[in-house]
Amino acid sequence: MTADASLQDPPALPPQFRPEGPLVHRNAAISEPAWVQRILITLALLFLLGFLLLPLISVFAEALRNGWVTYKDALVEPDAIAAIKLTLLVAALAVPLNLVFGVAAAWAITKFEFRGKSVLISLIDLPFSVSPVVAGVIYIMIFGRHGWAGPWLDENDIKIVFAVPGIVLATVFVTFPFVARELIPLMHEQGTDNEQAALTLGASGWKTFWHVTLPSIKWALLYGVLLCSARAMGEFGAVSVVSGHIRGQTNTMPLHVEILYNEYQFAGAFAVASILALFALVTLALKSYLEWRHGDELAATRRH
Amino acid sequence: MNIQIRGIHKVFANFPALDGVNLDIESGELIALLGPSGSGKTTLLRTIAGLEFPDEGAILFGGEDIANRPVRERGVGFVFQHYALFKHMTVAENIAFGLDVRKDRPSKEAIRKRVNELLELVQLSGLDKRYPTQLSGGQRQRVALARALAIEPKVLLLDEPFGALDAKVRKDLRRWLRELHDKTGYTTIFVTHDQEEALELADRVVVMNRGRIEQVGNNQQVYEQPATPFVFDFLGSVNILPGEVKNRELRFDGSDDVWDSESQETGLVDIYVRPHDLQIVDSQAPGLDATVTLVQRAGALIRISATLATSGERIELELSHLDTLARSRQPGDAIRVAPITFGLFPRAPHRRPTTLPDVVPNAPAENRERAR
Amino acid sequence: MTAATPSFQRARRARSVIPGFGLTMGFTLFYLSLIVLIPLAGVFFKSSQLGWDGFWHVVTHPRVLAALKLSFGAALIGALINAVFGTLVAWVFVRYRFFGKRFFDAVIDLPFALPTAVAGIALTALYSGNGWVGQFLEPLGIKVAYTPLGVILACTFIGLPFVVRTVQPVLEEAEKELEEAAASLGANRLQTIVRVILPTILPAILTGFTLAFARAAGEYGSIIFIAGNMPMVSEIAPLLIIIKLEEFDYAGASAVAVAMLGLSLFLLLLINGLQVWSRRRHGQKT
Repeated sequence: MTADASLQDPPALPPQFRPEGPLVHRNAAISEPAWVQRILITLALLFLLGFLLLPLISVFAEALRNGWVTYKDALVEPDAIAAIKLTLLVAALAVPLNLVFGVAAAWAITKFEFRGKSVLISLIDLPFSVSPVVAGVIYIMIFGRHGWAGPWLDENDIKIVFAVPGIVLATVFVTFPFVARELIPLMHEQGTDNEQAALTLGASGWKTFWHVTLPSIKWALLYGVLLCSARAMGEFGAVSVVSGHIRGQTNTMPLHVEILYNEYQFAGAFAVASILALFALVTLALKSYLEWRHGDELAATRRH
Repeated sequence: MNIQIRGIHKVFANFPALDGVNLDIESGELIALLGPSGSGKTTLLRTIAGLEFPDEGAILFGGEDIANRPVRERGVGFVFQHYALFKHMTVAENIAFGLDVRKDRPSKEAIRKRVNELLELVQLSGLDKRYPTQLSGGQRQRVALARALAIEPKVLLLDEPFGALDAKVRKDLRRWLRELHDKTGYTTIFVTHDQEEALELADRVVVMNRGRIEQVGNNQQVYEQPATPFVFDFLGSVNILPGEVKNRELRFDGSDDVWDSESQETGLVDIYVRPHDLQIVDSQAPGLDATVTLVQRAGALIRISATLATSGERIELELSHLDTLARSRQPGDAIRVAPITFGLFPRAPHRRPTTLPDVVPNAPAENRERAR
Repeated sequence: MTAATPSFQRARRARSVIPGFGLTMGFTLFYLSLIVLIPLAGVFFKSSQLGWDGFWHVVTHPRVLAALKLSFGAALIGALINAVFGTLVAWVFVRYRFFGKRFFDAVIDLPFALPTAVAGIALTALYSGNGWVGQFLEPLGIKVAYTPLGVILACTFIGLPFVVRTVQPVLEEAEKELEEAAASLGANRLQTIVRVILPTILPAILTGFTLAFARAAGEYGSIIFIAGNMPMVSEIAPLLIIIKLEEFDYAGASAVAVAMLGLSLFLLLLINGLQVWSRRRHGQKT
């Protein structure tokens, strides 16, 4: 028959302690006052608005400045169509190359232990820290008329620089790490347990990759391909160096934009630019969708 | 500093974390908040600290309502479960932090002196230049404690203080914390889900479940006189058997023998009996017939599982190896079992809960009693 | 004894049961050499034809120096702006809730996705004398387009995501308990931010800063339109390389390229060093 404190009626609250409404809801310990929050949010959004959104909007505004007809004409003009075709062709060649490389490199790096691994990873990342213009220059130094292989290429009438192969090479260089970068952290995290299990069950190496590894990395792979394609289609500096700017032949879309712009055909330049901006928006939307829907199957790092 | 907690309600996204909590804590007491996860014990501790704010209710430190005071003005020493040591600061810088950020900052010399005192108190002298990552779990725990003590808190709050440590270190630290408390005399509240820890360390244990306080008492009270079915079940194992009370007499279902009951109530009940409160009696004495199904010898204890002849209920007994009636029992033996003490609670809708019983909140004290 | 030897050797070689090492490693090295290493070596070789004196003569030419100074100086200022505002943006996106957050979060990556040439002409249109923004700045005497200020602007634009995207995850993972601990010890919000949060995210800010710096220093597309490209004033180093190429001064072009590569490599080492430092400083997680 013990009388415990909790079992008795609690002493009535003195009237001054009876709250009239809910007390403080927010966790004051780790947040700022509402007005500080509002100022910081406004500041950040203004910064993003001015620096990111305004340029984007201006592309479309400038493109449509002289009306819809001018816009359409700028896009159906033969040189523009040739540029669009070439851009898609270059991306269609460069991206699969880097895709295969990315998977192979990630497999070698994450499934095996060997010396010099960190050096190899740094080398794969290297093209990110090389200026795009330098990336173009290095191919001129090799395949250009005064380059190492220049005379030999001339004799055999093979054109690399100032032709499509050069553009593809330069694009491959600048988009080199994208796929590998997305796969390496993820595959490192996943370890080799699943592959070992598949092998003990009698699967061949190829089957193991196809049925076990690939399904678990497919979203990260797609993510890498997406970033890789966006960069491949938009690359300017490196391609500019090796292209030679031959209209209708070696002009990609960004180069076409430049030429029109320098000829003061602003509406045309912005019209082509708006197509590229549209690609960028689609890329961002897909990227956000992948992060939102499959974020846990992408690598933890979202840096590029 | 005594603490009074009055009518605290707190709802997290429709989940009532605290549902009308009242508690009085005396100055200098060492209190354990004990309960399963989700019982609201950590929320209560964080509410006292000012890391959460209640939707309703008052918290009084020495008679003064501080429910609206932000944490940094409350003067509470809070030790986090994972210590929350500042990794970029040395041990000494961590301990000095609370003094360093004060408006009336003490002199450098005074801070250094205080840090050294505290290092000595927590037996970490000489480790002042280390970084937290260079310490063991137990050492980090003590740094966190020293850091909390540095501000001379009105009350010391510890969230699962031994949760992240291994068993051996945990035992040592437990004893050490008790000694430290006796030496310093701070009002101390700690949260734990480990009943052994709560019973061994605290002056009083507050058993919590589903945002409510089930029982407050010293370790003997909560163990031997559980106020509710929940406390019975949470602190140690229990057999739950069906019965009925009529005219102050208790009858187990399917048995003709009656036990005296002080209960005024009449009706169906659940009878809560701890395994060591059951004994084997000879066949003439009042009791329940059962068949032994399993016998385990664990040190000085004999554990017997048996099936009741009347209802087929499975029961567990814990008997001393000195008990002559318990010795050399074999599976298949017929025994007669009688309770020494038990608790009575109104029959719950679902008998035999798989984990925790559906609690009748704050069940009337009359329903719990001792036979004989 | 004889039986033990082979198994011992097998253990030492740590053979993996996973197949494909030879194939994937071979292809990786082959492709890496073909696309990256050999061409890069080529440019070093080309510039070495100049000899050390020739190289030094090219890169210390006033016009080259001015260009390098502009490329790296504007990149530095842009990265500094990004370190401040990028951290602010990351903070706001991690800690606060507001309308349109998901949309703005996606927009942050725009400089990654938008072709640099498009960004370049858009920025120029905005900030030239009659542009949406430029028309308000012009009367104040602030000329952005066709000045070094425009170069800084473009550098800030392309570097922004680097700081935000490196700081964001670190802030997300930062234990709230640290801030609660500081508050319970009596620190006010500002003290908590300066003494507890900033030191925790500083390595990430530094890494993001360096990445933004490295990217902006080599940037070409988004800058050339807005820069005006006046020699000695607003001419960036990558443009100078192209000019030298067009003059068939291959050795000169490669010398400037090598100078840029050297600076970039230095930055890359710095990034790695920072990461090692911060890992060592903060050690394993508690």
